[in-house]
Amino acid sequence: MLSYSIKRLGLAVVIVSVAMLMLFSMIYLIPGDPAAVALGPRATEAMREALRVKMGLDQPIWVQFWNFFINAWQGDLGNEVLSDRPVATVVLEQLPYTIALILGGISWSVALGIPLGCWAAVKRGSWADRLVGVLSVAVIAVPSFVVAIYALLVFAVTLQWLPAIGAGEPGDLGDQLVHLLLPSLAVGLGWVGYIARMVRASMLEVLEAQHIRTARAFGLPDRMITYRYALTIAILPTVTLLGVGIGQMLSSAVFAEIVFARPGVGKLVYDAILTRNYPLVTGTVLVTTVIFVLLNLVADLIVGALDPRVRSRF
Amino acid sequence: MYAAASDPKRARLAAVQRLLREPLGVFGVTLVVLMLFGAIFADWLSIYEPNKISPRDRFQGPSWDHLLGTDQLGRDLFSRVLHGGRIALSVALFSTLASLVIGIVLGLIAGYGPRWLDNLMLLFFDSIKSFPTVMLALALVTLFGPSLTAVVIVVVLVNVPGYARIIRTQTLALKESEFVTAALSMGASTPRILRVHVMPNVVGPLLILASMDIPVVIAIEAGMSFLGLGVRPPTPSWGAILNDGFTAIRDTPWIVLAGGLPIIITTLGFTFLGETLRDVFDPRLKGRG
Amino acid sequence: MTVLAIENLNVVFATEGGDLHALRDVSFKVPEQRIVGIVGESGCGKSTLINAILGLLAENGRIASGSISFEGEDLAHLDDKAIQDLRGPRLSTVFQDPMGALNPVISVGRQMRNIQYRSDLARAEKDARSIDMLRQVRIPDAAQALKRYPHEFSGGMKQRIAIAMALMMEPALLIADEPTTALDATLEVTTIELLKDLQAEIGCSVLFISHHLGVIAELCDDVVVMYAGEVVERGSTRQVFGNPSHPYTARLLDCDPARQSERTRQLPTIPGELPDLRRRPEGCIFAARCDRRMDVCAAIPPDIEVVPGHVARCFLAESQ
Repeated sequence: MLSYSIKRLGLAVVIVSVAMLMLFSMIYLIPGDPAAVALGPRATEAMREALRVKMGLDQPIWVQFWNFFINAWQGDLGNEVLSDRPVATVVLEQLPYTIALILGGISWSVALGIPLGCWAAVKRGSWADRLVGVLSVAVIAVPSFVVAIYALLVFAVTLQWLPAIGAGEPGDLGDQLVHLLLPSLAVGLGWVGYIARMVRASMLEVLEAQHIRTARAFGLPDRMITYRYALTIAILPTVTLLGVGIGQMLSSAVFAEIVFARPGVGKLVYDAILTRNYPLVTGTVLVTTVIFVLLNLVADLIVGALDPRVRSRF
Repeated sequence: MYAAASDPKRARLAAVQRLLREPLGVFGVTLVVLMLFGAIFADWLSIYEPNKISPRDRFQGPSWDHLLGTDQLGRDLFSRVLHGGRIALSVALFSTLASLVIGIVLGLIAGYGPRWLDNLMLLFFDSIKSFPTVMLALALVTLFGPSLTAVVIVVVLVNVPGYARIIRTQTLALKESEFVTAALSMGASTPRILRVHVMPNVVGPLLILASMDIPVVIAIEAGMSFLGLGVRPPTPSWGAILNDGFTAIRDTPWIVLAGGLPIIITTLGFTFLGETLRDVFDPRLKGRG
Repeated sequence: MTVLAIENLNVVFATEGGDLHALRDVSFKVPEQRIVGIVGESGCGKSTLINAILGLLAENGRIASGSISFEGEDLAHLDDKAIQDLRGPRLSTVFQDPMGALNPVISVGRQMRNIQYRSDLARAEKDARSIDMLRQVRIPDAAQALKRYPHEFSGGMKQRIAIAMALMMEPALLIADEPTTALDATLEVTTIELLKDLQAEIGCSVLFISHHLGVIAELCDDVVVMYAGEVVERGSTRQVFGNPSHPYTARLLDCDPARQSERTRQLPTIPGELPDLRRRPEGCIFAARCDRRMDVCAAIPPDIEVVPGHVARCFLAESQ
């Protein structure tokens, strides 16, 4: 297990490096002179040349890549063009909003998905099971940004139950949570379907297990068997699924942030593209990629923490 | 060899019959056919030019004149939705085909080629998969500028690793199988083995997976167009209609309804169809995803 | 006193290929404080029988006729809740596979406490009872063992823990479903002896299912021989093994040359296959594989008493 963990970590490092290489080649391929773009049309040739030297654009490409690579691993993603602040700082400022949004999405998906999947498994073959099946497929299919816009239209504009835009008053946790409800629903709704299907399938498998038969043979009540003996095992694969899902939720979060005008890395990168703030674009993409790769690792470790059989092998 | 060929045909016919017995499959087929019909006969079905600006008619609610209302430029939304369907479905079809071709070729190379190349390609696939989809799309748009090309490239990058992996795994398994060894010993060339022995065995499951990915592709196109990173105005696209309507969502909600409903109908249709197809044709794939 | 009396039990499963008649006219008794063995090849209906007694038949299965009277109540006509109330306190089970029998993510102590969920005892008292039981099945450091998870124990220890759990409520009947099959020979001996000791101490009856003739001979007072869902012979172990009156029993014993001295792991093989229970043959169920088949075997043989208490479902038994 330990050697496996090290191997996984090594793979993660290599993947992030390859991602860096791809991002770098992209910057390099962007048409136009970054210095000229950054300084605008009224800059003189001398000013552009000075910025080019400052950005290292006068050096050979492999030197540029090596510098980019080393700096990136050290957390230095360069400075963004508009305010000349370090990209890493700007991204880290926005990150908590996105993390809150994704955690909200996970909460929705877990809170709805696990009971639905469990219910469907217990009532296998019934109309309830079929209904959960169709609903799961449906919420998976509908794109999250359509969900976001329609949620905004129904709950914020028409019914006016919930606020439409922003992240809420800083420091006012209640207000922030209220502002989180709709965007996080948009982020998590599709995953309600994934989790319900996953939990249903793994519940059906666990319910066939020998130890469940033993528990029944001891006359334990059905509720105890379903929720304490079977569900605790059946939700384990969900954790791994969520590890993969966070990457997709990140995509949904970008849309949710734009639709609900919330701060966050999605909004940040979108605005950066519109203003051609390229160092900010690559920096944000890189940070989110690293987070995504790390989360997949963490998900495996959590499975270990929940399952004593895996835990003992560490 | 030839006698066996009629059996898959009969099996396929039986599967189609089974598909039509599944209520969900029929529902999916109906939605898909409806959307295809609207897209193909868009010119004939729409009374107005999809891009015709008519300032006098701006922001009109749904009526018999304008079934879905009009947008901020007075364009008829029903005509735009029909023509948007053309964009969505042709992008979906084209980019899925492109992903399939590239995925199959790369998968065959990885599975049949030398070990180091296989490892290198796997690493490449993993790296692409490690970008969140939207981030990949945004980064590519930075590179290519907002365009349909960017949309197609994003779709190809998102789909190819999965397809190539399946082809690779199947190829590796078949490489060791008896009938390939036999063909090799009879002096068949590598391209011939791939074409005659390997391909027919892997294409079926791959097509089912690809059909299930079509909703994702439609979502990518609509999503990117919604962000203004896909089709350029004034080309009608469902995502672009959503974008038009979103800025005026408080006063004219029918515009986002017109843009979003076809997306929902199409993705649901293809998903229900794909799910049923998979269950009917290839139960082994059940539970994937 | 009889703890369990099964009479003319018929169990049918609805399958796609038609009704599967899994048990036909099964009758036998488990007297108080006795150990009754059930022997037969895999597929002979042992598991169906256990599930029928426990009220845990699969959804497509049903008791078509007959009765399962347990301490005076007919389990065949009891509702689910009532049977569930019997399972654990009066009617308990140890299953074959010790690896999978315990829940992997719940500690042993909590599982044992859960089994006592009906009791009003305080938590500490329940734990004390669990520790006492674990000591009885010779688990070292029993108090500590409560905190541990099943995977931390060896296979033999897990099976002993399962036995401790099964006997904790002092049931009237313990069903042991091949409890030693998954264990190696040394562990098998100690586990059997442990079971025998505990049975004597608690004073319960045991229904011991095995396909291991040596173990049955050593442990059981009575034996029931099953073939393809029928009881072909039953009686005291001494009678049945000493004077096998059904050709199937005779073949089983013949094929097991070292039946008194050496233990075989598996039942000896008899030529031929089990009949398809969806299309049960007209006459004697064993006729197709029987080397002493007669013309009368085209009809279903009655249960014939060889000596009082020793019954065989075979026309040959009549002539004895």
